[in-house]
Amino acid sequence: MNGLDRRELISELLARRGDALVVTGLGSPSWDCFAAGDSAATFYLWGAMGLAVPTALGLALAQPERRVLCVTGDGEMMMGIGSLAVVAAQQPANLGILVLDNGHFGETGRQEGMTSARTDLAAMAAGAGIATTLTVSEPSEMAQLAALYDAPGPVFAVAKVALGDHPLTLPERDGATLSRRFRAGLGVA
Amino acid sequence: MAETGTGTITDAGTDWSDEVFAAMRARGIGTVATVPDGGLTRLLNLCAADNATRLVTLTTEEEGIGLLAGLWLGGKRGMLAMQSSGTGNCINALSLCATLKMPCLMLVTMRGQWGEFNPWQVPMGQGARAAMEAMGVICFDVDERPRIGETFAAAADLAFDSSVAVAVMIGQRAIGTKSFAK
Repeated sequence: MNGLDRRELISELLARRGDALVVTGLGSPSWDCFAAGDSAATFYLWGAMGLAVPTALGLALAQPERRVLCVTGDGEMMMGIGSLAVVAAQQPANLGILVLDNGHFGETGRQEGMTSARTDLAAMAAGAGIATTLTVSEPSEMAQLAALYDAPGPVFAVAKVALGDHPLTLPERDGATLSRRFRAGLGVA
Repeated sequence: MAETGTGTITDAGTDWSDEVFAAMRARGIGTVATVPDGGLTRLLNLCAADNATRLVTLTTEEEGIGLLAGLWLGGKRGMLAMQSSGTGNCINALSLCATLKMPCLMLVTMRGQWGEFNPWQVPMGQGARAAMEAMGVICFDVDERPRIGETFAAAADLAFDSSVAVAVMIGQRAIGTKSFAK
């Protein structure tokens, strides 16, 4: 199977998060980020498919001094694809978006998704007006993902990841608990 | 959702829009997410002209629910302004409000009711309140212009003080009936 190991990639990426705030899209991206180490500064979505980027955008606008990283999957991103135009219009300098693209609906039986057919997510992000886009598919390219933290946002990155088998690692699932933990961590509760 | 064409709203809502805008400002609501509607024209223009208010134009209304969730997670207040047809686009997104128990303030300008000329607006306009209530949104209907400002202010306080989803649904009778007549 070609593609990067999503757990290794996320573990390496989040080890360098510093004080970045993280919003995860439903399904495997949430499990990956939790497996890399739980944090009050991570907000895990368990539903609301398509809204990871809008949620991260709202957070980035509310906290302009903090870096905000959105980690989601290709199916979740496709459902909210229009939100990339909203991001481009707002130009949040502190927002990085990472799509873990395995080309499949991983949680529902691994049905093929659009990126297994003809769709290029980075091209769609560029077309939406996001100036900095990149796609990584080899371990030697992973250093480019530092742009998610370092480059002026918005930054949109696609990581081509393998359809791997990873143990389910499930974070807290009560949204009221997760959100109040997050807000308390930020000191806005 | 926005509708293209040369039609005009017979009255752009001079009084109520100013009252809603003042109530927004007084409550620290600094972001307005929207898919525009004719009935919102004056309010959206007031927002666009105000340096302290950020107008976020969306591609579809449910993005606004996510945006409000993110703003709230980050300690800021926003609201979603949309036409009644947009409420249907928000249904699954409203799961966020119920699950997070977050404040969610929505201003809805109605179509598909009083004197509607476009039959395509009628199904969602007639179903909007039931759809919102099915997702746990507290709905305030208001049909009289002098009551719009106070209704909005009360809805905003309810939403932010009790951390619930509230929609103010401004009737077509108050907004003015859209017509394509010259």
